[in-house]
Amino acid sequence: MQSRLPIIIFAAVMAAIPFVPGMPPFWIVLLDNIGLAALVAMGLVLLTGVGGLTSFGQAAFVGFGAYTTAVLSTTYGLSPWLTLPLSLLVSGSLAVLLGLVTVRLSGHYLPLGTLAWGLGLFYLFSKLEFLGRNDGISAIPPLSIGAFKMLSPGSIYYAIWVAVIVSALLTMNLLDSRTGRAIRALRRGHVAAEAFGVHTPRAKLLVFIHAAVLAGLSGWLYAHLQRAVNPTPFGAQAGIEYLFIAVVGGAGYVWGGVLGAAIVVVLKEVLQSYLPLLLPGSGQVETIVFGIMLVALLQLAPGGVWPWLMSLLPQSARGRTPDITLKLDDRVRSPGQSGVLLQVEKARKQFGGVIGVNNVSFDVQAREIVALIGPNGAGKSTTFNLITGVLSATSGSISVLGKPVDNAPPQEIVKLGISRTFQHVKLVPDMTVLENVAIGAHLRGHSGPIASMLRLDRADEAKLLAEAARQIERVGLADQMHQLAGSLSLGQQRIVEIARALCVDPMLLLLDEPAAGLRHMEKQRLATLLRDLRDGGMSVLLVEHDMGFVMNLADRIVVLDFGTKIAEGTPATIKTNPEVIKAYLGVAA
Amino acid sequence: MNTTIMLFLVQDGITNGAIYALLGLALVLVFAVTRVILIPQGEFVTYGALTYASLAAGQMPGTAKLALALGIGAFAFDMVVARKALHLRLVMRSFLTNIVLPAIVLALTSYVVAQKPPVAICIALSLVIVAMIGLFLYRVAFQPLAHTSVLVLLIASVGVHLALQGMGLLFFGAEGQRGPAVLSGSFTAGALRFTGQSITVYGITIAFIVGLWLFFGLTLYGKALRATAVNRLGARLAGIRTTLSGQIAFLLASVIGALSGIMIVPITTLYYDSGFLIGLKGFVAAIIGGLVSYPLTAIAALVVGIVEAFSSFYASNYKEVIVFMLLIPVLLLRSLAAPAVEEEKD
Repeated sequence: MQSRLPIIIFAAVMAAIPFVPGMPPFWIVLLDNIGLAALVAMGLVLLTGVGGLTSFGQAAFVGFGAYTTAVLSTTYGLSPWLTLPLSLLVSGSLAVLLGLVTVRLSGHYLPLGTLAWGLGLFYLFSKLEFLGRNDGISAIPPLSIGAFKMLSPGSIYYAIWVAVIVSALLTMNLLDSRTGRAIRALRRGHVAAEAFGVHTPRAKLLVFIHAAVLAGLSGWLYAHLQRAVNPTPFGAQAGIEYLFIAVVGGAGYVWGGVLGAAIVVVLKEVLQSYLPLLLPGSGQVETIVFGIMLVALLQLAPGGVWPWLMSLLPQSARGRTPDITLKLDDRVRSPGQSGVLLQVEKARKQFGGVIGVNNVSFDVQAREIVALIGPNGAGKSTTFNLITGVLSATSGSISVLGKPVDNAPPQEIVKLGISRTFQHVKLVPDMTVLENVAIGAHLRGHSGPIASMLRLDRADEAKLLAEAARQIERVGLADQMHQLAGSLSLGQQRIVEIARALCVDPMLLLLDEPAAGLRHMEKQRLATLLRDLRDGGMSVLLVEHDMGFVMNLADRIVVLDFGTKIAEGTPATIKTNPEVIKAYLGVAA
Repeated sequence: MNTTIMLFLVQDGITNGAIYALLGLALVLVFAVTRVILIPQGEFVTYGALTYASLAAGQMPGTAKLALALGIGAFAFDMVVARKALHLRLVMRSFLTNIVLPAIVLALTSYVVAQKPPVAICIALSLVIVAMIGLFLYRVAFQPLAHTSVLVLLIASVGVHLALQGMGLLFFGAEGQRGPAVLSGSFTAGALRFTGQSITVYGITIAFIVGLWLFFGLTLYGKALRATAVNRLGARLAGIRTTLSGQIAFLLASVIGALSGIMIVPITTLYYDSGFLIGLKGFVAAIIGGLVSYPLTAIAALVVGIVEAFSSFYASNYKEVIVFMLLIPVLLLRSLAAPAVEEEKD
């Protein structure tokens, strides 16, 4: 993790600002507003930038936070400090409710779904009697400590910025953890994360709640800053504005949210106060200029301002190599890991009228390397997907260690000790090799999100990273450990996937075209590695097109053609099998 | 419940729904081709409507000037991009479409406006003006961002919406306007009265749906647009100019928007900011249609229109809440019915 020094300096500067002599009180008001927006934007950074879930509805959660404290502290006379946990609870639990409905939505439905309930809730705020309809609720008590009442913008300033900095730290801690890696993997699709036991809907719901609680906190502070609430700031327009604060700042970066809030709030203020001087008598000019500047900014820096700023700073070579002497507990193994590990019995997969896999049966024994070969479209990867639970079989059965696992989800399959790589590499390109590989050990760690935020996960985390580092060294990529996965060559990325799969501590390794894109020497090294793994007690099932590689490595070969098994046997018998030759070379041979 | 009231509500719903259907179609079209979720679609509606109403009232609409200004911007963008290889033909073509054309339209508009033009000319001019705005807008705002993520495009779309809405206030003022009916006259069938205007709405909607269906199914340009939608890079490699696809999509969307506006402004008073909500309801329909299916979008739009009509009768306070919340169960059903396809996002 980065050094804490810049954050300490930032906190000190923020603490000192109100004491600067001659500081215009109006600037403090602006800083208050920046802090409030930053809290919401930070949640969106996690939700949208990191997790890939675009939400237009965050303003509604700000509204939940604000209205909760407004109602409780006026109608029921509760102390604002008592309403704080209640505000967070209300936004959090409504996030669970809305999240359960929304996060299951895929692709572009998700942002649109959030837009829909965002709008709906806004109209609800403005129609409900006990929320004061369009007039809202006024005379909300200020925050107070003893007799000291935070009536002025300058006094609530500290409450706001303590909240911002603490939230930023907690959010960054969360991202730099086992849970955080699962969240960061979400954006690249579900299949890879789920193959290593990440429960993706739960991870999505988690970020959703996190973002909503931050928004609720912002709403609670807002209510006690303004001491009045009405529906306007919680509408669709505001929801959109929060989103572009996050995008302008740099949607993948916690501090980008804070910077974006500063840029947008200040820009709006400047436009509102100076444009009328330049163009007197024309209302709404600031909206026009604001809109145009927004588009221009995106064209200049589509990734946001924060990453652009960071790229100007000299890069410090970051990344401590984990202490690899730390040992992770072995995966709990079921007894009797000998004999048949995997038994595929008449597995069949139909896609509409197309039969992808046609009643295929084969098995994998302990300490064995089995190759699955066949021309393109033979159903090899589909077979992998059936075994690993990505697809469910139309009929037939698949059992592991004698127990049928039919149609169990990928998260359950990996628990049995079956891990895999993918034909099309599925790494998170903007995470380091180490972090990517550590996702493989997801199920062997235990720390939850709360522990991660509070940094109570360090012992567990160190073991996870140590395991990842060990596997990276094992596959021979120790030098690339701290590089971004996206910067590696495709062949190396395949090897990273193998390291990630090894982190599961598997009994059976499924490799989908591991040698594709490798050079000759690299292939030999891979073959040696796989033999070592087998000799160490692991079984390997691989799909591969490189016949030389397969024939030298595999103990047994299963040949598929058009979804049907046409041959099975040792490399020597397969080489001379007329059916196989026919499938590969046509009838004439 | 009274049958007559019910019939009235259904009729009202269908008229509104037809407009939402058109807007939904345009949104689907633009999204499919450019990945832009076109929030400014609503502005095309108000611009079309208010330009038409202004022209009919003998006032000069500011949109004609905006078209020229955007055209100059588009020309500048073209020149900057092509600065390394400025061929005369390229410069002339860009100059003609981006500057000469809007200049002629501006001149024509200011000439015509003094003569109290007939309805047909007002419609034609409004359509041309808004179409140019749509076209140039794509060049200036979205084409430079064509390679970025859906999210960035979406935010840009919001920026454009804000700017256009602000300009709408500048051009047309805060008061609402109404335009003259496109087709006057009416007839009654049983308890229902059909105005020429509502018949126009139905006719044009159906014509557009059929037209788009034919365009995408049968023409080479339509297929090129669909190809761009599926895979930008692949389409480029096959020789399709993806910027052209984007331009066609925006052109169609702005024409559809303007036309919808012209059709409703005789029925309801429109304000500079009415477009947003109208566009959003088209959106609801488009989403229900899954952002891909045209016929489904059209049907969904009718449902949205009818639900809106009924809820404004029974629970007018909660009209918007009901319309927008309608989406949630639909979205849920959709995403449960079709399990997530693995998506590689950048």
